[in-house]
Amino acid sequence: MKLLASFLLINCCVSTYAQKYKSEESVITFFSEAAIENIAATNSKSTSLFNTETGEIAFLVPIGGFTFEKSLMQQHFNEKYMETHKFPTASFKGKIIGIEKALRGEPEVQAIGQLSIHGQTKEIEADGLLKLVNGKIMMSSSFMIELEDYKIKIPRLLWQNIAERVEVKIEFTYGPL
Amino acid sequence: MNMSRIFLITMMCWVCVQVQAQDDLMQALEESQKEDINYTIQTFNGTRIINGHSVETKGKGELEFIFSHRFGRINSGSYNFWGLDDAFVRLGLEYGITDRLGVGLGRSSTDKTFDGFVRYKVLRQSLGAKNIPFTVTAVGSWYIKTSPQARFNPQITMNERIAYSLELLAAKKFSPNFSMQITPVWVHRNTVNQMFENNDDVALGVGGRHRLTRSLSITGEYFYRVNAHANTTRHDAVGLGVDIETGGHVFQLIFTNSLGLFTRAVVSETQGDFFDGDIHFGFNISRNFQLSRNR
Repeated sequence: MKLLASFLLINCCVSTYAQKYKSEESVITFFSEAAIENIAATNSKSTSLFNTETGEIAFLVPIGGFTFEKSLMQQHFNEKYMETHKFPTASFKGKIIGIEKALRGEPEVQAIGQLSIHGQTKEIEADGLLKLVNGKIMMSSSFMIELEDYKIKIPRLLWQNIAERVEVKIEFTYGPL
Repeated sequence: MNMSRIFLITMMCWVCVQVQAQDDLMQALEESQKEDINYTIQTFNGTRIINGHSVETKGKGELEFIFSHRFGRINSGSYNFWGLDDAFVRLGLEYGITDRLGVGLGRSSTDKTFDGFVRYKVLRQSLGAKNIPFTVTAVGSWYIKTSPQARFNPQITMNERIAYSLELLAAKKFSPNFSMQITPVWVHRNTVNQMFENNDDVALGVGGRHRLTRSLSITGEYFYRVNAHANTTRHDAVGLGVDIETGGHVFQLIFTNSLGLFTRAVVSETQGDFFDGDIHFGFNISRNFQLSRNR
């Protein structure tokens, strides 16, 4: 009887653990093509939690973690456009749809939820890919954001320097929590 | 009895799982965050507040070209077109070896002086995991006057043409819009007329920036000479300015009583009396080039 009990307990625990995944590696890049110079940055400091049973997912992105090739551009990004001192993180909270299918080998999934950037929250939908490789979940997606939606202002002097739409790409690797 | 206990434990586990699943994922994620160090950026718009250095360093691999210009005195009258007929110029370069260490070179028309300096950010104002209330940068400079021309004045030795300065800049960005800096300066000139000049001058500079809009700021700067010579004919350097910042440029429009475009001349050789109207209009224009990748 005790054996059964402990078996049940262990089973319980295992199933609990297997449902929740935490990001182990993350890369978020954004790119915007503009007349004078393209703007690109990379961030590897984001974190995420993912519940495969409910499909719930959460991301936190420290804005100060975006690195640019030009250090001046990085300073302006934080100081003038993102106001990082006021809004230090961006976040996404939502659900992934199509996990079962993805785990069976059709990797296309959709994410629906709220994206918060620069203190503004918007409902968004994005297509992505989800794969299970050696017990780790790989997730990737790419979507466009409009700067206007998040009240990211572009000074008129600089309008040609900054595109109004930015392409964001994410790549996350999750391990069981 | 046993069966019911097992059932109970299983139920409890199940409840646990359910509770966990309903738990707010975002909250859990936020709680798992490690606190980062957030270094303060852009305490000042450029590497100069007005005439003097600011705590800012260039980023790694970044090259700044800075063009400084002062016209003549505004109160020199219409014949001299209110000073616009005269020009005092410094052309300078500064390169960031690391985000904290930089080197610079310049050539000014004042006494045909060449200057070289090393700038190092000793402390960085930061919040978060590391809480440092202000930024400290040290600037050490070396100057050589090439006027009067050596060819025709062989009696003037190389050593006599040289001067040095050391500055310890301490600045705090109090808010995104407001920054202040205190600058103790020591200037040593190898040759002076000791009737009215010191070989060693000590001054205390105070500077500030107030940002009006994202691209427009007003600035002010004052260098108080602590040990001014009793017979001094020079004045404390005062400056007021407007900073206009665009993508890779900083434009600084300046009103000052100093023609000095480097520390020795600003601190020890300012000729005009600001409060008597001996004011020069001028500007600094800087352009940044990223020579190598930042990361």
